[in-house]
Amino acid sequence: MKKYIDQGKNDTRSGFGAGLAELGRTNPNVVALCADLVGSLKMEKFIEENPERFFQIGIAEANMMGIAAGLTIGGKIPFTGTFANFSTGRVYDQIRQSIAYSNKHVKICASHAGVTLGEDGATHQILEDLGLMKMLPGMTVINTCDYNQTKAATIAIAAYQGPVYLRFGRPKVANFTPVDQKFEIGKAVMLNEGTDVTIVATGHLVWEALIAAETLEKQGISAEVINIHTIKPLDGEAVLKSVKKTGCIVTAEEHNYLGGLGESISGLLATTQPTPQEFVATKDTFGESGTPEQLMDKYGLNNKAIVNAVVNVLKRK
Amino acid sequence: MPKLQELQDLTVQVRRDILRMVHKVNSGHPGGSLGCTEFIVALYNEIMELKDGFDMDGAGEDLFFLSNGHISPVFYSVLARKGYFPVDELNTFRLINSRLQGHPTTHEGLPGVRIASGSLGQGMSVALGAAQAKKLNKDSKLVYTLHGDGELQEGQNWEAIMYAAGKKVDNIVATIDYNGQQIDGATKDVLPMGDLKKKFEAFGWDVVDIKEGNDLEAILKGMKEAKSRTGKGKPVCVLLHTIMGHGVDFMMYTHAWHGKAPNDEQLATALEQNPETLGDY
Repeated sequence: MKKYIDQGKNDTRSGFGAGLAELGRTNPNVVALCADLVGSLKMEKFIEENPERFFQIGIAEANMMGIAAGLTIGGKIPFTGTFANFSTGRVYDQIRQSIAYSNKHVKICASHAGVTLGEDGATHQILEDLGLMKMLPGMTVINTCDYNQTKAATIAIAAYQGPVYLRFGRPKVANFTPVDQKFEIGKAVMLNEGTDVTIVATGHLVWEALIAAETLEKQGISAEVINIHTIKPLDGEAVLKSVKKTGCIVTAEEHNYLGGLGESISGLLATTQPTPQEFVATKDTFGESGTPEQLMDKYGLNNKAIVNAVVNVLKRK
Repeated sequence: MPKLQELQDLTVQVRRDILRMVHKVNSGHPGGSLGCTEFIVALYNEIMELKDGFDMDGAGEDLFFLSNGHISPVFYSVLARKGYFPVDELNTFRLINSRLQGHPTTHEGLPGVRIASGSLGQGMSVALGAAQAKKLNKDSKLVYTLHGDGELQEGQNWEAIMYAAGKKVDNIVATIDYNGQQIDGATKDVLPMGDLKKKFEAFGWDVVDIKEGNDLEAILKGMKEAKSRTGKGKPVCVLLHTIMGHGVDFMMYTHAWHGKAPNDEQLATALEQNPETLGDY
């Protein structure tokens, strides 16, 4: 199968910080807001270079979402930064009314998503955010997989009209997508062509899917691996084309199976091309304290879990 | 500059619009709309500096955000009579396929509306963002808002109130419709809010009281005073003491008409008390 090289572990949130800094230099309309988590969101460079275009809101996320909506009235492109939990559930109605329903050009940038936030535990580990955001009409939902992709996505969403939810994480993970790969919103990325099973992954599970595909190859199973970074709008064409060939699919995400990427794909397949599917996702549970690796293992969110899901789905073909 | 009598005539006509709009669809919020009629009429026709036409960014003109979106009837009537959209469109209020939704929204592209409101407590944050965009753009025009007093029970307001003073957003004039009423009764019974003037002052705002919030002259004087206090490092709050249901005797001094439409007979009585001035839609 196609080989992917880890260019050096890095965190996706640093990709966001780098993308934001670049936007600061290239787009004078970009402004940034943060609710007391500048260091965690890696926003320091943007702030250092553009102090007048940064708004420190304090620990008041509802106010931050409203202010971001208001800043668009006057031509600004606001990027809000806080943890995924406080970017979504805490401020759902503010996003719903002032941003989504009002169709404001706000970019909600959310770090520390999922269980890989680690030791802080379930209060901070949101596994419901993709579902919350994808249910809002008009909201574009993106979950990036590594540093390079997150940087590229951050830059791409500034030019995209309308509200966007951009989800990334805390831990240092493999950085394997090409540094010059263009980020196309709503377009799946084919990582490895295969014939026996389709693995569609998003976020931190993409690298795990590639490891799983290598393991499967040794077992004589040819896995097609697709990275879907844009949960909504979903690249249904890429999914359908692949399952026509493979006849079964495993979806993998660091999110509850309710409301996530897998659910979107099952909805698509049910109405077009019913296909056996297995979900690598959390099973309607909260997370807990632990290291990212321990948690990914305990909650079945790693390459081993993907391999097991493939074995199961192949039996159902 | 419109004469006081012209503003008075417009006020009475807007009252008629409000009453007829909510009567036609047997729904909507006449109480707060009537209580704020003089204020919105004065704001749009005498206080705010507005360009012709409408664009979302509102560069180079004053902006207004209605946070208590349920008083959409008065907002729609004043916007229509200011020329933002045809007055006849008031006929479509709350009907299917209308731009005049129950609560204001940008979703259907109604000129004059820059944000959806209805879910309470969000307008001040939005206005602060717009005010800070004006500062970034070196636009010296102001941002005006209106909020219900009961609406201040929503916590987001106090995040915004703290932020506005802390960040010296001094190009905003936030008006509180201080009528002491909310859906379930008097605010003092539902959730006493204490001394609002002292609260705003303690948060670092400059506060202007308009004791006669249904008197056009008092509003004009108070709002000009409020405007004169902008640009001095503090956000400005106007406590507009109004009477819910003002201008229709049986709707006044009660929360009963917060969200209830008059029946045929009540409408006739209410319209008799507000004879046609500029022509019904």
